[in-house]
Amino acid sequence: MSDAPPEAPSEGAASGAGGEKGAGGGDIPAPAGASARSVPEPEPPGWGDGEGDAILQIDGLRKTFGGITAVDDASFAVERGTITGLIGPNGAGKSTTFDLVTGFTRPDGGEVTFDGRPITGLAPHQIAQAGLVRTFQITREFPDMTVLENLMVGPKDQRGESLSRAILPGARQAVVAQERELVGRVWETLDTFEIDHLADEYARSLSGGQRKLLELARALLTEPELLLLDEPMAGVNPSLEEKLLDRIHELQAEGYSFLLVEHDMDLIMEHCDRVIVMHQGTVLAEGEPADIRNNEQVIEAYLGEDI
Amino acid sequence: MSDADAGGDDGSAGQRADGGGLAGPRATLAKRADCVRSRMGEMARWKADAIVILSTLALVYVLFLVLSWGQGLDANGTANTLARLTFLAAAYALLVLALNLHWGYAGLFNIGVAGFMSVAVFTLAIVSGGEGVGFGLPIWAGMIAGMLAAAALGAIAALPALRLRADYFAIVTLGIAEIVRYLMKSQWVASHNLFGQRVGLQGSAPVQVPSAQEYVYKLFTVDGSPRADPTYIGTQFFVIGEWFGLERPTVMAWGYALFVILFVVFAYLLLSRIAYSPFGRILKAIREDEGAAQALGKPTSRIKIYSFVLGCALMGLAGMLWQASRFTVGADAFMPILTFYVFVALIVGGSGSNAGSIVGGIAFVGLLLQGPRMLQAVISKHTDVPDTNTIYEGVTAFASGEVMPFVGYAIGNIELLQRMFVGVVLIVLMLRRPDGILGHRKEIAAATDLSRPTEGRGSGSAAASGGGGDE
Repeated sequence: MSDAPPEAPSEGAASGAGGEKGAGGGDIPAPAGASARSVPEPEPPGWGDGEGDAILQIDGLRKTFGGITAVDDASFAVERGTITGLIGPNGAGKSTTFDLVTGFTRPDGGEVTFDGRPITGLAPHQIAQAGLVRTFQITREFPDMTVLENLMVGPKDQRGESLSRAILPGARQAVVAQERELVGRVWETLDTFEIDHLADEYARSLSGGQRKLLELARALLTEPELLLLDEPMAGVNPSLEEKLLDRIHELQAEGYSFLLVEHDMDLIMEHCDRVIVMHQGTVLAEGEPADIRNNEQVIEAYLGEDI
Repeated sequence: MSDADAGGDDGSAGQRADGGGLAGPRATLAKRADCVRSRMGEMARWKADAIVILSTLALVYVLFLVLSWGQGLDANGTANTLARLTFLAAAYALLVLALNLHWGYAGLFNIGVAGFMSVAVFTLAIVSGGEGVGFGLPIWAGMIAGMLAAAALGAIAALPALRLRADYFAIVTLGIAEIVRYLMKSQWVASHNLFGQRVGLQGSAPVQVPSAQEYVYKLFTVDGSPRADPTYIGTQFFVIGEWFGLERPTVMAWGYALFVILFVVFAYLLLSRIAYSPFGRILKAIREDEGAAQALGKPTSRIKIYSFVLGCALMGLAGMLWQASRFTVGADAFMPILTFYVFVALIVGGSGSNAGSIVGGIAFVGLLLQGPRMLQAVISKHTDVPDTNTIYEGVTAFASGEVMPFVGYAIGNIELLQRMFVGVVLIVLMLRRPDGILGHRKEIAAATDLSRPTEGRGSGSAAASGGGGDE
């Protein structure tokens, strides 16, 4: 069996912390019920910035595409346990910032620190494994897989994701056992998002709003610390939007942190604890919704007379 | 390394079972019931697959029995035809299974199948080949080396190329296959002195390749040739063969066909395990949207490389079992058309389904590859077709109401027309049934049944009684 690929550790030592959590095998998520994720670690020690409880810290992030500087020396922080809104006019660099933070685009300069750990330049999967998970502006479900299959991809550190464990007879039993536990969690998530009636449908046959739900549900199954949601409400009807926001607040109460890009200003002002305003690739203002609403610069650059 | 892993898993599994015991007999029972249920699910799946595969095979056999009868073949001739058909179908099934792992599961567009086959075949020639060609090591060593060589070439192709977009990756694989083909023909590998032996592929001429067939034949007679003294096993089978009027070579041909089928069964079981596992689920996710899979923390590059390398090794195995049985093999046995045929077979069967891959292999060999040749023989036997040299003659005669000259042209050029026919079939399939024969099946990538768990939580079981029934 020498050609069976060895059980390689995740590429790059940096992902060790994320990957090894599950390797022990003992920490299979508690069966059903206990869907409340593991308690977030207490205050990360040694945070020298005086920012106290920032889960995500971005310093001087830069990215140029040809002659265009999409993100120009952007710095901001997302505090643990908050819902933070990221707003700005089209082309302000919000989505690029998302891509830079989650590793989908390599920054030309600057630092990203997540949970006290530098994650600049890591691969997307390493960042996701560390607990920083994103959704996309245009939903990216797996169209030719059923809703159940889509969700089953979510949970991280699955035993059967290793080729050798998936095929070797001795290891297979543990894989099946874990799958059975995941099924329980997945059904619970289906119930919470009220898409259980779609469980056996192919994701491609879902409506736009249902896809948003599916993508959010799938991201949550990875048990992230911080969720980056890129326009989660775009194309979602008002009643569903209400439901999604309720869900996000519930999750916030459970200890999740959120960073969301949204264009609906009322939504941002009403539901976010903090707001970051980007303009032409830089951070224009950062603060509580009330402050932002009254910020002269912001009004000039973006909000205009709407406020 | 992997063994150690397996051991570790066994350990933890055992611990978990103990924990279940402590929690009370009820939990253990539930777990046992769960286990039985998943086993039964697996059995049901295998049964369904076996039924569809065997019925396809039966249909093709019936067709060939009719065509053999039409050709006036005796029992021996018919059995020989079926043996050849079975052997080719098995070889194609193995290739299609491997390609399905690449294209059907991971979405890797490998159009260099022939190249990965040829590397294995020529490695086999070098390692196990006779005087002047290879080192004369045992055949199993050569076959393992061949699979490793194909896997290594796969890794070389995959490492840089998997970062490319799908279409560029395809071009890389095609390029590699062609490079390999020309390399095998070149003087560069024609003859070398290695470890004190003259080895090499003799340039452009076909080279003698040792074959597993020879070893299977040696089970029947002492030196593997039909005229030699039969072995004990051989005697038994030859006697059975004689009851049905089968001659020794026919019996031995069946022996080798069954030998290749063993490998198909092995590959099917292996690939089914992958398909119904979290690993297979990620492969599908990569096929659907690699970026989204990465965003969920899946190391897609590593998983793509593993699956690509494994598929290449299986292609090499298929190449050795198939092409090496031809006694001599030239590099031109591995033209790109071969890859194209394997793709057609995959699409016929249904990309993304392992059972569909086998069905596709059988249907392709039966209906598109061997069928037309059989039909040609039947028609030439029963009708007095004129020799028509050009399609122009055929068509002009056809226009003036005479059919036979056209038929004559078609019969005389069946090989050529067959390729056109395969192309037409592919177009029709793409338009009418892009999913192939089994592509519409929902094959859920999970190691267990994903329906709502019944025992346990109240809310779950309450909803299950309503939800489980209507789906």
